[in-house]
Amino acid sequence: MQEIIDILMHDGRATPERIAVMTGLDAEAVREQIASLERDGIIRRYKAVVDLERLREATGAEVVTALIDVSVSPERGAGFDGVAARIAQFPEVRSVQLVSGGQDLRCTVTGSSMHEVGDFVARKLATIDRVTATATHFVMKTYKDDGELLIEGPGDHRLVMAP
Amino acid sequence: MKPLNPVVAACPPSGIRRFFDIAASMDDVISLGVGEPDYVTPWRVREAGIAALEEGLTTYTSNAGLLELREAICADLEQRYQVRYQPDGECLITSGVSEGLDLALRVLLEPGDEVLVPDPCYVAYGPCVSFAGGTPVYVATSSADGFRLHADAIAAAVTPRTKAILIGSPANPTGAVQSREDLAALTDVAVRHDLYLISDEIYERLCYDGPHTCLASLPGARERTVLLGGFSKAHAMTGWRVGFLCAPAPVAELAGRIHQYTMLCASHVSQAAAVEALKGGEGDVRLMVADYDRRRRVFVKGLREIGLDCPEPGGAFYAFPSVAATGLSSQEFAERLLLAEHVAVVPGDVFGPSGAGHVRCCYATAMTQLEEALTRMDRFIRGL
Repeated sequence: MQEIIDILMHDGRATPERIAVMTGLDAEAVREQIASLERDGIIRRYKAVVDLERLREATGAEVVTALIDVSVSPERGAGFDGVAARIAQFPEVRSVQLVSGGQDLRCTVTGSSMHEVGDFVARKLATIDRVTATATHFVMKTYKDDGELLIEGPGDHRLVMAP
Repeated sequence: MKPLNPVVAACPPSGIRRFFDIAASMDDVISLGVGEPDYVTPWRVREAGIAALEEGLTTYTSNAGLLELREAICADLEQRYQVRYQPDGECLITSGVSEGLDLALRVLLEPGDEVLVPDPCYVAYGPCVSFAGGTPVYVATSSADGFRLHADAIAAAVTPRTKAILIGSPANPTGAVQSREDLAALTDVAVRHDLYLISDEIYERLCYDGPHTCLASLPGARERTVLLGGFSKAHAMTGWRVGFLCAPAPVAELAGRIHQYTMLCASHVSQAAAVEALKGGEGDVRLMVADYDRRRRVFVKGLREIGLDCPEPGGAFYAFPSVAATGLSSQEFAERLLLAEHVAVVPGDVFGPSGAGHVRCCYATAMTQLEEALTRMDRFIRGL
């Protein structure tokens, strides 16, 4: 189970047949395990890890990302969950996490310009009941994302042939 | 001019030079001809090397190597294989297994002594025996039984001049892993004929189908075994040149005597990095080994599907398929494959006559490259 997840977390396109060869498991057994992982909501979906900077260079498509710390005054009974759930509903919000430290929620918000993201924070996020403060940090450059190194790694320095 | 050393002069140059030159002239070669990981040394280890430089660890170490590293190696061997060596007196840090092998042979051999070596084997074994004044005696192994070392074949090659048996398991070039039973039988032969055992265990962490057997851990083996190991393969540290030799005190002491006059000590920075590899690198090793295993399964299956018979390689990161079905010799196969499809493999006969008819393919290469290599090899074979 864990090995199938390890492989899929690295390569979401690995087919059950391929995973079966990699692990020595039966292809049908792999297919069933993946189906159950999907059914149980452990595997949520499959996606591509995109280098947005390269995408912008190639197509001009601008994606602005901001990390937003949100301070919340918790609700009796529900704590932070109610506010977090409200924030999470917005499609602009890519992630919402309850964190330790000075603030309560850390959100990732994307938009096509700084103005758009700033506007969203001011008009939608900061105005939610119980949100007491926000601090917006625009991402200037991404070096590593989702385990993927986006900066130039060391090349292959091996000799072409060696005994 | 007076003649040069005839033993060295008689040693043939590397059998892969020719292929290297051809491959170096191509820009889209997929090389399965390498003998090292495609991983760069894990960052925590590189970072420890950088820190060592910043701290100014640029001096000699003691001849035997950093005590901290020797202690870590001996603790690791005891924990994983229940074999005990004294960090002080039975463990020597070397510049890779290559130096350890040379030291072991020079300590053990008198002129004319014979050393039994499996055929095929790593290319350095025979020449190192010769350089140390000995004579390598090759014992053929066969792909038919996965390159097993048969104790009776070893015993049949013993003569009054035989001094030692040199083996590597898991093996370069075959990927073969010797079973505990076969190693025990081999040890019995060594005991019966009073032979030393030199065990090159550089690939010990790269065992996929079961735990590695440390030769020195077998009953009767430790007192006559020189155990060679290192960091190059499991920790992706080939260029750091750091390994170790463990042996009973009399052997280790003499090995240290040569080492102190020839190498003085292994690189200080590399030793500091190796300490980190042993103390903090286990997670990295496990990830890399799991990844090699997946590539192994995909690649070996792929070779069989394109019609190349391949014994199951239980360790290291090599597959050693037979190319007999193509009607080509291993040299012809390797050269024509390289020229036609720009895939580099190493012809098996460079590892000894029993390697003829095979090629060595290193699967420590990205999965996409392995798949592309298989596609090209398939096209090549179908075009023959």
